[in-house]
Amino acid sequence: MQLESFQYDNKTVRNFAIATIIWGVVGMTVGLWVALQLVFPTVLNLQPYFNFGRLRPLHTNAVIFAFVGNGIFMGVYYSLQRLLKTRMYSDTLSKIHFWGWQLIIVAAAITLPLGISTAKEYAELEWPIDIAITVIWVVFGWNMFATIIKRRERHLYVAIWFYIATFVTVAVLHLVNSFELPISLFKSYSWYAGVQDALVQWWYGHNAVAFFLTTPYLGLMYYFMPKAANRPVFSYKLSIIHFWALIFLYIWAGPHHLLYTALPNWAQSIGIVFSFMLIFPSWGGMINGLLTLRGAWDKVREDVILKFMVVAVTAYGMSTFEGPMLSLKSINAVAHFTDWIIAHVHVGGLGWNGMLTFGILYWLIPRIYKTELYSKKLANVHFWLATLGILFYAIPMYWAGFQQASMWKQFTESGQLKYQFLETVTYMAPFYAMRALGGVLYLSGAIIALVNIFKTIGQGTLVANEEAEAPALEKEYTKHTGEHWHRWIERKPTPLLIMSLIVILIGGMVEIIPTFLVKSNIPTIASVKPYTPLELQGRDIYVREGCYTCHSQMIRPFRSETERYGEYSKAGEFVYDHPFQWGSKRTGPDLAREGSGNLKKSNTWHFNHLEEPSAISTGSVMPSYAFLIEHDLDTATTPLKINAMRTLGVPYDEGFAPKANAALMVQAKEIAASLKKDGIEVPANKEIIAVIAYLQRLGTDINKK
Amino acid sequence: MSVLIILIIVSVFVAGGFLIAFLWSVKSGQMDDDYTPSVRMLFDDELKSNKAASVKK
Repeated sequence: MQLESFQYDNKTVRNFAIATIIWGVVGMTVGLWVALQLVFPTVLNLQPYFNFGRLRPLHTNAVIFAFVGNGIFMGVYYSLQRLLKTRMYSDTLSKIHFWGWQLIIVAAAITLPLGISTAKEYAELEWPIDIAITVIWVVFGWNMFATIIKRRERHLYVAIWFYIATFVTVAVLHLVNSFELPISLFKSYSWYAGVQDALVQWWYGHNAVAFFLTTPYLGLMYYFMPKAANRPVFSYKLSIIHFWALIFLYIWAGPHHLLYTALPNWAQSIGIVFSFMLIFPSWGGMINGLLTLRGAWDKVREDVILKFMVVAVTAYGMSTFEGPMLSLKSINAVAHFTDWIIAHVHVGGLGWNGMLTFGILYWLIPRIYKTELYSKKLANVHFWLATLGILFYAIPMYWAGFQQASMWKQFTESGQLKYQFLETVTYMAPFYAMRALGGVLYLSGAIIALVNIFKTIGQGTLVANEEAEAPALEKEYTKHTGEHWHRWIERKPTPLLIMSLIVILIGGMVEIIPTFLVKSNIPTIASVKPYTPLELQGRDIYVREGCYTCHSQMIRPFRSETERYGEYSKAGEFVYDHPFQWGSKRTGPDLAREGSGNLKKSNTWHFNHLEEPSAISTGSVMPSYAFLIEHDLDTATTPLKINAMRTLGVPYDEGFAPKANAALMVQAKEIAASLKKDGIEVPANKEIIAVIAYLQRLGTDINKK
Repeated sequence: MSVLIILIIVSVFVAGGFLIAFLWSVKSGQMDDDYTPSVRMLFDDELKSNKAASVKK
């Protein structure tokens, strides 16, 4: 058996590693900033670019796609080559992948503060960036699969299975959820409307957590944890079961984000059942990880890398226990829209993703630089700062969540709601401050890691191309793995038929889906009408400003909600909402019926409140939107928007588009006139007028006779 | 709610793809050895053999 010699590419690994740590610090800094904005709203909200609503998507996108994303690629490029005993297929593809991904991140960092956003959580980036993501993702997949094909090791280690599942599923999710109709380079409308858009979004949103934050990191866990402990995984058999069970269950769990909403009940039930079953593979994986260290717990005491990994796997266990619990209707009824969810995601994000990333960085950087870690002591300091940071973050947020939920739901003996919404906001102040302290601890740890990593890099030299040797795959096996599966299909007519059917169906779906969806947008409630041009423009400003990051538009059928916000929300009310704006968090009150019933306020109230929220509602944490008074409304887009809506099936009259601006000005002047009566002089062509028009419209349709 | 049908179809396709991958992996012997891969992955860091025996590729 002849050995072939070849070289591992460490340079790409190094590049992704540096990107991981730098973007990590950036993303966490933005996170700390938005956390502090809730403590010092008037000081830290720098309108318009750095208001909470624009920065919060920047934080989530940065930590998910920049920090964790680069972490995934770092780990995949390192482990894939070694597991398959081959260099990555193409250095050019690796380079395109690396720089393409960084460009996407930079584009996100620029566009999100500018308010260029689709307002779909974790998919806020506009369509040109969506296309760039698709291209780079294909480059990644091409590079990975070509590497798998030219491998020198027949067996695919379980980690690789996790990487493959990640690639395939994220590709599908991204494509389906990003179906949008552009009206300009920086603005598009989601093809789906209302409840359909919500379902697609949370099918995506949940699976982004599953297949971007979980499966690739499980692959990394199965590679780097045994490596760091220098002992095999507790049970390889269990790891295989973990993999297959997890991926078959995960894609069905999305609807648990929409419990008690207007989503059909049976879909909610499917989501609950699969979410609950997920606890078994998840805990199987956690136990497998922890038991890998059986008999080696003395090492954990000594080795800071293992400490990071143990906390990571424990956090994985905690959040995957909590996830299924939160998917139960009775618990979800309490937890949804509260800060409990913020605690939950940060146990996962800071604990599982963060700690595993840092563990891998500390293990990997000295290896590819042929040196020792610059300072074990600093790494230990980092470990304790990070661990305490997670606790200081999560505990106040859990407390805040329980408190919020119970205050929202409490009635007095006479049957009145006990607390004004604003009282629940001011009650949160100390918890938000403590949470920010947790963030400070965690971020300082990350900065120490950055210094430690760069010092380590400084004292070593990169082995850009690491020599390695392995025997070539035996010939019959190349045939077996390379061509065999296709031959197998070719010999059997039935699988061939099924496969070709799938291919045909995909083509057909691309053609059919758009019309299919437009047709189903026929309103189910006759009194629900399309937005007026001014309201539509106002809605787009609402989308641009990221109002959904704090305000929901979904009244659940509980007495505590219908008393506070009015009649519960119905699917038929959202048929013209491209995109849906149900939100997932109530830092501020629900706005689904802001324009109707008890919640109805005057135009003047809205004007003053948008200009300076804390002047109207003492203790409000909402940023000022005074710049809306200065900004002119871009009416040039109105006909384009009306036409786009018509394409999506919104029944504006034919020929309405050119006349839309006239209608817009009539309504705008009415609002300006009513403001003038109260002594507020504002021209009718300002953005604030459109926002007021939209807020006044919210929830009014079903009351019309 | 027609989008529900689409999501279910897409999800079934994804799951179906994984099922095919699973069947393939079982058929092609990927799962036959359920112990040594976990040990073998640990031994790849050191270059053991001498250069003379190897062929440059």
